[in-house]
Amino acid sequence: EEDPNTNSPPVATSGPGTKPNQDDNWGETTTAVTGTSEHSLSQEDIVRITKDLEDSVGLDCRRYFTLTLAVILGLLVFLTPLAFLVLPHLLWPEKLQSCGTACEGLFISVAFKLLILLLAVWALFFRPPRAGLPRIFVFRALLAVLVLLFVISYWLFYGVRILDSQDENYQGIVQYAVSLVDALLFIHYLAIVLLELRQLQPSFSLCVTRSTDGETRHYNLGQLSIQRAALAILEHYYCDFSVHNPALLSASKSRAAKHLAGLKVYNVDGEFPAAPAEGPGNNAAAGLAHSQSRAMIAAAARRRDSSHNELYYEEAEHDRRVRKRRARLVVAVEEAFTHIKRMQEEEQKKAPGDVMDPREAAQAIFPSMARALQKYLRTTKQQHCHSMESIQQHLAFCITNNMTPKAFLESYLTPGPTLQYSRDRWLARQWTLISEASVTSGLKDGTVFLLKCVDFSLVVTSKKIPYIQMSEEYIDPKSHKFVLRLQSETSV
Amino acid sequence: MAFVPGQPVTAVVQRIEIKKLRCNDNLILGFSIGGGIDQDPMQNPFSGDKTDKGVYVTRITPGGPADVAGLKMGDKIMQVNGWDMTMMTHDQARKRLTKKKEDVVRLLVTRKSLQDTVNHSKCPYYKNHDNPNEVLK
Repeated sequence: EEDPNTNSPPVATSGPGTKPNQDDNWGETTTAVTGTSEHSLSQEDIVRITKDLEDSVGLDCRRYFTLTLAVILGLLVFLTPLAFLVLPHLLWPEKLQSCGTACEGLFISVAFKLLILLLAVWALFFRPPRAGLPRIFVFRALLAVLVLLFVISYWLFYGVRILDSQDENYQGIVQYAVSLVDALLFIHYLAIVLLELRQLQPSFSLCVTRSTDGETRHYNLGQLSIQRAALAILEHYYCDFSVHNPALLSASKSRAAKHLAGLKVYNVDGEFPAAPAEGPGNNAAAGLAHSQSRAMIAAAARRRDSSHNELYYEEAEHDRRVRKRRARLVVAVEEAFTHIKRMQEEEQKKAPGDVMDPREAAQAIFPSMARALQKYLRTTKQQHCHSMESIQQHLAFCITNNMTPKAFLESYLTPGPTLQYSRDRWLARQWTLISEASVTSGLKDGTVFLLKCVDFSLVVTSKKIPYIQMSEEYIDPKSHKFVLRLQSETSV
Repeated sequence: MAFVPGQPVTAVVQRIEIKKLRCNDNLILGFSIGGGIDQDPMQNPFSGDKTDKGVYVTRITPGGPADVAGLKMGDKIMQVNGWDMTMMTHDQARKRLTKKKEDVVRLLVTRKSLQDTVNHSKCPYYKNHDNPNEVLK
């Protein structure tokens, strides 16, 4: 943490023999730590470090817990029909009727249905998890409970009516097992509908705004809970929003600081508002502060502020500078690209002289464009997004794929989506969902929630897509007729 | 001056008698007409209501028979020799006016100033021309 500046004027001693409360030489012996010491940390860095610590510890236990539950449930579901079929043979093999043709046909049916169920469950549930959400996934939990109850009820029935009474009708038992597998397949169908199909039809339009620079996008989502909608939006964020660049905000911050620093309030008549007192005294102090702020606002409105003029000329100058640097950059890159040529197959065999692979070729032509590129990146405040290594890699990639200089430059001229940059430049990894409604409740018209990251936050508002009433009107193709607009004048 | 379907058309009209002038085997009247039920009423510069498809006088030859008879530019022709002109095509109107057998055409024409004159004469003191029943206090 930054220590506050501890300057104060030194106090003069009152006399040679007196011992004052303060040490005489404290003015010289007190060290003042300013904010620009080498080992200082800002508040943001500390928050980032603590979040990284939390990241590695907490949520893994929950993930493993749900994983083990899922595995146990899956084993239970798959082994139950097999158990139903095998147990009679183990427990009362003499009493059992032999399995006829129809019964053996049912074995094939059970086998294939179990195989289909296995593939379907693998396709739907055994996918790498996309994210760790704050609350449980309600539909999945409900489905798990449903499956568990279902299997338990089947076991109860089996235990009471078949195991206890040792039923000899083996075909009936096999049909019972087949009905279990059929019902499981239907539950899987229900799972597909609830988990995958229901949210496909778009019913809400979500407006996502980044709080720092106001970049806004709109997405259409179906009926989802707030946490699933937040997840969908974050996945879109990485692909669509341009990378967050804190260097672009410094201009407006400095302007804001100048506005605040312009006016100072001096209280000429009346006491200084001391530490907040109780009761009515507090109100007086609050009223004084209130009137002070109002006076500041009025004075700021009245003063003839020329900062808009400065902004206009500054922006015009900046645009001109950027365009000039860009022109130099484009020319330098085009010239650099003319220095290398792709060698054809036949030439490769003939002249094995000064042959380079893409990386060496990139390294060879990079110096001629490096300076122009670096100057351009500095002017557009993007220099921290690209390292020299990454630029050379990109250049080698472009050379390998026969891309033109314009294609190479495209990723530097415009800031691309966050995914395009390397992980450590994202500045957006750990997200917190802030919502007034419960995060497992569904989206409604007018739902607002925040996705907060360390440096910025995304404000999300949802609006319902309106119900569309469409009517039809039939037009006969022969009904399209036209006349000329006449205005003749005849002399008589 | 445009008609309301189903209601009789009322207008203050002036009777104008034009003697046709013989000019090289042609009988000319000395004015031009525009308008008609087959024409575009929006382009009529003289009509008050731009849906009026009546026949209007668009030009008067100065010194010609129509000018002498007192026909003015912008007049709407209501009748020619007893034949109604308010529901005529342009060509039918032209034919009615240029019958070779007739030397004289008697027109009934209307213009806005006629209505104003009537209002004026009805009540000398009135507040606005549109409502002659209101008396200026």
